[in-house]
This record gives sequence, structure tokens and C-alpha cells, in this order.
Amino acid sequence: MPDYETLRLIWWILIAVLLVGYAVMDGFDLGVGTLLPFVARTDAERRVLINAIGPTWDGNQVWLILGAGAVFAAWPAVYAAAFSGMYAALLLVLFALFLRPVGFDYRSKIDHPLWRRIWDYALFLGGIVPALVMGIAFGNFLQGVPFHFDETLRSFYEGGLMDLLNPFALLAGLVSVAMLSMHGANFLLVKTEGVVQQRALRASRISAVLTIVLFVCAGAWIINGIEGFRLLGSIDMQAASSPFGKTVVREVGGWMHNFYEHPWMWAAPAAGIGGSLLVLLFGMRRPGMSWIASAFAVAGIATTAGLAMFPFVLPSSTHPSQSLLMWDATSSPLTLWLMLLAAIIFIPLILMYTAWVFRVLRGKVTVEQIQQNDHAVY
Amino acid sequence: MIPDTLVDISRLQFAFTALVHFLFVPLTLGLSLLLVVMESLYVKTGRQIYKDMTRFWGKLFAINFAMGVVTGLTMEFQFGTNWAYYSHYVGDIFGVPLAIEGMMAFFLESTFIGLFFFGWDRLSRRKHLMVTVLVALGSNLSALWILIANGWMQHPVASFFNPETMRMELSAFWPLILNHVAQIKFLHTLSAGYLTGAVFVLGISSWYLLKGRDIEFARRSFVVAAACGTVVALGTVMLGDESGYYVAEHQPSKMAAIEAEWHTEKAPAAFTLVGMIDDEKKQTDYAIKIPYALGLIATRSTDGVVPGVHNLVAENAQRIRDGLIAYALLPAMRDRTATDIERARFEAHVDNLGYALLLKKYTDDPQHASDSMIAHAAEDTVPKVAPLFWTFRVMVLIGFLLVLLLMYALVTARRGSAWNKRWFLRLAVWAIPLPFIGVELGWFVAEYGRQPWAIYEVLPTGLAVSSLHVGDVQASLTAFVLMYAALFAVELFLMFKYARLGPSALHTGRYHFEGGRRDA
Ligand code: HDD
Ligand code: HEM
Ligand code: HEM
Repeated sequence: MPDYETLRLIWWILIAVLLVGYAVMDGFDLGVGTLLPFVARTDAERRVLINAIGPTWDGNQVWLILGAGAVFAAWPAVYAAAFSGMYAALLLVLFALFLRPVGFDYRSKIDHPLWRRIWDYALFLGGIVPALVMGIAFGNFLQGVPFHFDETLRSFYEGGLMDLLNPFALLAGLVSVAMLSMHGANFLLVKTEGVVQQRALRASRISAVLTIVLFVCAGAWIINGIEGFRLLGSIDMQAASSPFGKTVVREVGGWMHNFYEHPWMWAAPAAGIGGSLLVLLFGMRRPGMSWIASAFAVAGIATTAGLAMFPFVLPSSTHPSQSLLMWDATSSPLTLWLMLLAAIIFIPLILMYTAWVFRVLRGKVTVEQIQQNDHAVY
Repeated sequence: MIPDTLVDISRLQFAFTALVHFLFVPLTLGLSLLLVVMESLYVKTGRQIYKDMTRFWGKLFAINFAMGVVTGLTMEFQFGTNWAYYSHYVGDIFGVPLAIEGMMAFFLESTFIGLFFFGWDRLSRRKHLMVTVLVALGSNLSALWILIANGWMQHPVASFFNPETMRMELSAFWPLILNHVAQIKFLHTLSAGYLTGAVFVLGISSWYLLKGRDIEFARRSFVVAAACGTVVALGTVMLGDESGYYVAEHQPSKMAAIEAEWHTEKAPAAFTLVGMIDDEKKQTDYAIKIPYALGLIATRSTDGVVPGVHNLVAENAQRIRDGLIAYALLPAMRDRTATDIERARFEAHVDNLGYALLLKKYTDDPQHASDSMIAHAAEDTVPKVAPLFWTFRVMVLIGFLLVLLLMYALVTARRGSAWNKRWFLRLAVWAIPLPFIGVELGWFVAEYGRQPWAIYEVLPTGLAVSSLHVGDVQASLTAFVLMYAALFAVELFLMFKYARLGPSALHTGRYHFEGGRRDA
């Protein structure tokens, strides 16, 4: 078994992989949901969009379930403090996510315009609301969340729903919506043809430009306005997990430290912007490459936030020294080790069979196909 | 102190959302098995009707599955949102099976489920069957891992309390997985799920037979359901008996409550079939008893004792006092200032630490708890008897009724006489809700019977909650009730619509409403 410090570092990377995996894999499903009212105009066109992601969205969503499960197992204190602290925001995401399983499955089972319109609206909300709120959550993590612990390690949260909706967090929410719309639009470039594909291209271009602009704005704000967190002195990375043994200070631009000290980290924001630029470049000529570029952009942007905060995972705005780090909020070494073994076995398997399923389902979804298989597809 | 109202409403929300989740889970488990059976028959015989069966029951499966996913998402988030202290306190152990469930099971079922519906034309017969098998395997594995997690809550093995991190930590992997309470829970719950699927298919097929529609299709479905159902019904009952045995062994307080055993009786104790339970006076009036039966069932011996409520309360008062010794040493242990003697004392009493934590319901400072507080906390260690006594008995009754139903169905179907017994077909339709009621009651017995513990003898439920405002949880519970009610209404509407439509829903042109031939 590797030592505790190594295990903790590996788990930071693994959780980043899972959350980025979620953003990349389910991100385009959320994006397609967001674009549903804009890219599709008729019932048949909407069914093209829905069937483009219909067979695979459920598997993709498991990245979120696994991400939450892995945070629970590897960083229990984070799972506890973040989920209970941001209670209202989480429930909002949850209720929006409810609309998708039923939306996909039930919408086309009844041929009535009102019924279908209601579900179209539900699928739109099921796409845009999680994208927006998860972005807002990240915006709040970057500013610190108002929580603290008592001596039994029970967490208390001192804010309300409205505090979450501050301007920087809203900007982060918009970055998230723009990038996932871009990602969704690029998936549609691959899976559709004709007018739908034309509209997806427009959506892809607009959202790629927006992604770049909003991401750069957020970066400028981080450098000049947002108080980052910094650990004073060193901490024992092998010690038992407890949030009490450290001192933390806040300073404007504090989140840039990692980038100044480790210049290779600039690769992440560069992927975010570069990927979005490549999307503009490839567009219709190479839809597949364009989708890969947008996947890189999404991964780059999500990773940027994670790297900026390293080693913080849940900073506390009211009691900075009780912030949770990836060094002092983890499970025991044995648990981290066992979970790592499980991940080594299962993650490659998951990637393999997911790739196989996508391969079996490859090819365009067209209006004609939908009309021919009226009762077999969504 | 944590307000009782917060604890109560959090429990109510969890119970509501879990029970709703478990309306859909057993049907997913049961139908996934039957789909595998039907599709295997298709691949083996090549007869179109088995493919139509797989596809039609698959449609109903899909309608149900969507709601399983919706309500399952809630469960995954809820440990963090509403049971934050629980998550901190046992996440080191509990998170393991939960995360493995995600990697091993949810990915499997959710990735292949799309291919199950959209892959008929893209895959060879064998490959498609493989996909169906993987979906079923995924749901079964998901049940396995979640029940390992739940089994650990009922019987926490392979773990120890770490005072430096103020939480329980894992001490070994295999004992956690091989926890026999978890294994028996898995088998009993799984067979109950299969039973639910079988009764569902049996009932709906009987309805087609009553209406004289799609006869061939209905008869074959009926036979598959009756054959599988008989086996799993017997299994459910036998495994239920086995569950009871483990409850007696590991959770005496639950056992005493289920059996309304107020005072420890001389072995072998009598079994109270029915009676008027009086939780206030702690006695049963007008009891009808079967001599010796309880001792024999619960301990499988003539000399095993089933401890009674009064005796357990007295014993547990002692365990509370004992736990206080460990509790007093917590700060020294956490700060590593404890002497060797103190350390040894702590180790000797830490197993009862959970009992000392029960006092937190009455005082912030358990060390100065009064005798009456200790007496109250000891009273709390046995759950209320009447609800457990009755729910358990109804579950068991349903078990026996379903065994009779399915055996009769199998025998008459083999003789070919089932198709003319309209009374029996009608009975089979009316039996559809029974297994659902059975599983809900079963969970109630298991979970309510665990009270006052979230983790048995380790973490009291009252401490496990998040520090939320009561109003927040009231609002969320209201939202859950409204949202679930709306979605459930839609689900039932579609379920009835498609069940009524029958195989005609496949639009193959071969079935009743399509004016096609009566039979395929
Ligand atoms: C005995 C079985 C069993 C039990 C006790 C539970 N579940 Fe469940 N769950 C299933 C059996 C199942 C299933 C059969 O695998 C489901 C039902 C329908 C479905 O989609 O899969 C499912 C779905 C399901 C999903 C959606 C998975 C997906 O997208 O495929 C989640 C996140 C959970 N569950 C989580 C939970 C949690 C956190 C539980 C504990 C409180 C829980 N379930 C109890
Ligand atoms: C792994 C699976 C499960 C876990 C970990 C779990 C855990 C919990 C927790 C934390 C609570 C709240 C605290 C408490 O009152 O004890 C609870 C209560 C409850 N759960 Fe479960 N549960 C699980 C599965 C289920 C399922 C599937 C059902 C039924 C459908 C169920 C039924 C209940 C009920 C009825 C209560 C309320 C008991 C009461 O407090 O009155 N549980 N369970
Ligand atoms: C003679 C019949 C039965 C007996 C003796 C029996 C016994 C039991 C016992 C003792 C428990 C509690 C286990 C615990 O608390 O850990 C239990 C739980 C449960 N029962 Fe039954 N049962 C029977 C029939 C049924 C039937 C017919 C169903 C459903 C169709 C069912 C579904 C469940 C479920 C879902 C649970 C909760 C999970 C678990 O704890 O295993 N049972 N049963």
C-alpha cells in the first residue's frame, strides 16, 4: 500500500478525473437539453435531438452518481459539509435532474402536442438548470463557503440561498452554461444532418465565442478581485484527517499562486481557450474533431478551477483555517487504497464498454429514421 | 441540542423517499430477470413470440426504470444533504460499497439499458441477449452493494472508532463484504424483487386471458411468470425465516419489538400470533400464543433465550453508564494526551460509546446526565412494539398467500386448466399490489426496527442529521411529496395505458388492437 500522502494525491487526481469525466460525458447531454428549444423547431426535429442522446445519456449521468459516491468515500467531510451546506442549491439540481429520465422515456409515448410540449420544456430545464447551478456552486467554492465545525466535527453552515447568487458565482454559472452548450452543439454536429445540423453549427459558434469571453472575464476577476486562500506554513500530509491543525490566510489573487509556481498548469486554461478556438476553426468541416476540441475545452476549464484551488477542496469563508484540504479531509489510508484498487479495475472496463456502446450506436439520427420507427424510438 | 423536530422531519423525508424508491426497485429487479428468461427462450427457439414478449414487457420495464432512476438519485444525494454527520461519521466505511456500486453496477445497467431498447436492429440475437443479461446483472449487483452498505448499518462489522478523526474507520475489506447479515438481506430482498416481477407479469397476463385477448402471448407469459414465481416465492419465505434468525442473533431489541416479547421467558419462548399491543403499559392483551414456537424459530434450539423488552432496557442502562467512561476520555484521546492507563480504559469501554451518545438527545453534556435522563435513554433503545409487530405479521401473511397463489398457478397452468378458472385469473389480477405492500412493510420492519440507531449500537439517529433549519427540510419534504406525486401519477397513467394496450403497443400488426391474427 502506498503511503498516506501519495494516496491522498492520487485521490485528488481521481476525483478530478471523475468530475471532469462527468462534465465531458454528461456535459453534452445537458448542452443538448439547453439547446432543445433553439436548435429544433418541429416535433420531428426535437425527436432527432432527443434520440441523438437518448440511448446514452443515462450511462453518462452515472459519472455524476459515481463522482458523488467517490467524494463520499474518499472525502467524507467534504461530502457532508458541501451537500448539507448548499442544501437548496443541491436540491434544485436534483429536482431538475428528475425531469430527464422521465422526460426522455415518457415524452414520445403519447402523441399529443400539449403532452410533448410540457416534456420539451422539462427537458430544457433538466439541461440548463444543472449546468447553471453547478457552475454557480463552483463560483462559490472559489470564494469560500460560510461553514465551520464544532469539536465533534459536526458542520454548520451560516449562509442562505441568496448568498450563493452573488455576481461572481453567476458569472461562473454562465461560463458553465456556455461551455456545455458548445459541447452539446458539437455533439449534434456529429449526430445530425440538414437544417438541424446547420442550426447546431450556429449554436456552436455563438457558444464558443461566449465561452472564451466569459472564461477570460472570470479569470481576470480571479486575478484582480477574488480573495483566494493560502496555507501558511506546512502541514503534515501523513497525519490523521482533521480540519483543525493549520492556518490559512486570504488574499486577492491568491488562487494564482499555483500557476506562478508551476507554469505547466497554464496548460489547463490554455486547453479551455484553445479548445474553444479550435471549435470555431473545425466546425462543419470536421465535426468529429470539433467535438473532441470542445471536450478538451470543457476539461480544461473544469481543471483550471481545480488546479487554482489545490490543495483546497472546500474553503471556508468564515473560518478559513477550518477549510477542507485534500490533505486533511480524506478517508483512512485503507479505504483510499481499497477504493483505488476498485477504480483501477473498473474505470478501464467502464471506458471500454462505453466506447463499444457508442460504436454500436454510431451514425446520424435523421427525421426519416424517426418517422419510420415512430414507436420504437423516443 | 439538536431539535427533535429536525430529527423527526429528516427521518420522515428519508423514509418517504426511500419507500418511494423501493416501489420501483423490486419491479426493475424482477422484470430484468424475466426479460433474460424470455429473451433466452427467443434465442434458443427462434420463435418471434418470445421476442415480442421481451419487447413488450421491456416497455413496461422502461416506464418503471425511469422512475427508479429519478428516485435513486435522491437517495444518493440525501446522505450528504440530510445526514451530514452520519456521512462524516461513517463515510470511511459506508462510502466504500456505495462507490463500488456506482463503478460496478450503475454503469453497467445504465450504459446497456439504452442498447437494450435501441439495439434490436444493430446487434445479432446473441449479442442483444448479452446486453439484456448485462442490464439484469447491473441491477442485481446494485442491489448487492447497497445491501452490503445497509447490512453494515444493521450489523457494523470490520470497523473501529478513531478518536483522532472522531469517526468510524474501516479495519478490513472482506469481513465488510462477507457480513452475513448483508448476504441474507441481499438474498431476501432480491427474491422479494423477483417475486414482485413474477406476480406483476402473472397478473397482467391473467387480465388479457380474462378479456380473451392475445391468448397465446398471455399464456406463455403466464407460464414463465408462474414457474419463476413459485421458486422465488418459496425462496422469499425461507430467506425471510433466515433473516429472522439473524435479527435474533444480532439485534435483540428489534426482535423483542417484532415479537412483543416484554419479559424474557423461559426457553423455548411462546410465539404470539396476534394480540392487542399496549406500548404504554408494555403488555399484550388477548394474546393468542403458540407454545415454544418463538424459541424454536428465533434461536433454532430448545434452550436459546429471546430477551424481553424490560430486560433489554435494564441491560442497556448499564451500557450507557459504561459508554460514559469512554465518552469522558474522548478529549484526551483526541489530543493524544491520554496516559496508557486511560488509553486502556478507553479501549475497554469504547464499544459502548454509542450508548453514551444516546444521552445527547437529553443533554449537551452527557457526562453530567441525571439518572432520569439515563433511564429515558435506556427506554429509547427498544423501538415501539405495535408498528413492528403488525407490519411484520402482514409481510409474513403476504408471503404465505403468494406462495399459495403461485403454486396454484403453476400446477393449473401445467394441467391446462388455469385458463378456464376465471375466479383465479381475477384473483391473480388483484394480487398485483401484494408484493409491493410486502416489500414496503419489510423495509419498515428492517429500518424502523433499527431505531434509535442509524448505525446499530454505534450512532444514534438523532445525532446523524445535518444541522439544517427545520423550515428547510419542511420545504424540501413538501417539494418531494408534490414532485413524486406528480411523476408517480404520470407513471401510473402510462403503465396502465401500455398494459391495457398489451403487445399491440409494439405495432407489429400481429396483435389484438391491430386487427391482425389473434395469435403470433
Ligand atoms: C435492493 C435494491 C436497492 C436498494 C436497497 C436501493 N436501490 Fe437504488 N436502485 C436499485 C436497487 C436498489 C436498482 C434496481 O438498481 C435501480 C432501480 C431502478 C434502476 O434504475 O436501478 C436503482 C437506481 C438507483 C440510482 C440510479 C442509478 C442509475 O442512474 O442507473 C441511484 C443513484 C440509486 N439507486 C441509489 C440508491 C441509494 C443511495 C440507496 C440507499 C438508500 C438505494 N439506491 C437503495
Ligand atoms: C442501503 C440502503 C439504505 C440505507 C443506507 C438506509 C438508511 C436509512 C437512514 C439513514 C435512515 C434515517 C435515519 C433513521 O431513521 O434510521 C433510514 C430510515 C428509514 N429507511 Fe432506510 N436505508 C436504506 C434503504 C432503505 C430502503 C430501500 C427502504 C425502503 C424502501 C428504507 C426504509 C426506511 C424507512 C421506512 C425509514 C424510517 C424509519 C424511521 O425512522 O421511522 N430504507 N434508512
Ligand atoms: C414468511 C415470510 C417472511 C418472513 C419470515 C420474513 C422475514 C423478514 C425479516 C425478519 C425481516 C427483517 C430483517 C432485518 O430487519 O434485518 C424482513 C425484511 C424484509 N422483507 Fe421479509 N419476510 C417474509 C416475507 C416477505 C415477503 C413476501 C416480501 C416481499 C414480497 C418481503 C420483503 C422484505 C424486504 C424488502 C425486507 C427488507 C430488507 C431486509 O431486511 O432483508 N418479505 N423479512
